[in-house]
Amino acid sequence: MNTLENKNTDTEGINGSQLKDSGFSNFKYMLVGILFGIVFVKAEIISWFRIQEMFQLQSFFMYGVIGSAVLVGIISVQIIKRFNIKTIQGEKIEIQPKTFSKGQIYGGLLFGFGWAITGACPGPLFAQIGTGVTVIVVTLLSAILGTWFYGLIKDKLPH
Amino acid sequence: MLEIIKEPWPWYVAGPLIGLTVPILLIIGNKSFGISSSLRHICAACIPANISFFKYDWKKESWNLFFVFGIFLGGIIAAYFLANPNPVEITAKLSEQLNSYGITDRSGLLPKELFSWESLFTLRGFIMIVVGGFLVGFGTRYAGGCTSGHAIMGISNLQWPSLVATICFMIGGFIMANLILPYILSL
Repeated sequence: MNTLENKNTDTEGINGSQLKDSGFSNFKYMLVGILFGIVFVKAEIISWFRIQEMFQLQSFFMYGVIGSAVLVGIISVQIIKRFNIKTIQGEKIEIQPKTFSKGQIYGGLLFGFGWAITGACPGPLFAQIGTGVTVIVVTLLSAILGTWFYGLIKDKLPH
Repeated sequence: MLEIIKEPWPWYVAGPLIGLTVPILLIIGNKSFGISSSLRHICAACIPANISFFKYDWKKESWNLFFVFGIFLGGIIAAYFLANPNPVEITAKLSEQLNSYGITDRSGLLPKELFSWESLFTLRGFIMIVVGGFLVGFGTRYAGGCTSGHAIMGISNLQWPSLVATICFMIGGFIMANLILPYILSL
């Protein structure tokens, strides 16, 4: 079995660890996910209305969220690199570089269309379902189908 | 205390907490933050169909599935124990626009006129729910990441391709929300 194909162009959510996670140790990611989901709902980031306000430049809110998240992320990654901080298992922290492909332009635009329609990126879809809007299961299934369709026709697309 | 938590949280609380997900995932297990990859792992696990893009050891990436399942559980907890009892506040301008399309529901974070099982079987609802979802799944994978993988994780690591992707997400969103969506909403 291969590891993730074209690791350099599609590194999202990559497991940089060489260690094997036991089923139980995966629960800590679930815990982080729970906290993350609560933030998503409580800050109304999963709100369709907030996304419309963002794309119509009516509100600073989402720009503040994304901007401050990126700022904290940049500072954190710099600190990790500067002080050579290790994982709790003692491994060196590895972050795969992202290499450019035209997919980031074409795919980026298509995702932008979908984001403005559904008011959700993939993360908020899971939280929206959790809040009880059960029809979003259909959106999620359709997103899975979209991902599958990309895999099917990938070699015919410009990259 | 609980009263304060039940209020909608401001951006300067939510944004930094989301940003902290980056170092937390790196430190607790060397994982790069990213969510749309979970959709790929679901494909790999359930419908690989002999497509090379889905032939990899998805079990090694199963942390990602635990993470998104957590987001789902977080949604349940926030909605049932920490819910804001008031209607969602939106700008007067957006409210006015939506009223003109007959979208008047402000009881939840998504308007029922667009996102409900009844709506799914209308042309407008089908586009919003099914076509929109397809574009999210297809576009994020084609771009190699979504808001979390590119805009937050990628830019945090100062990767310029992620900045390109993020700019394209925004351009796509501006085009759709301002130029195309009005036609869809008036269906």
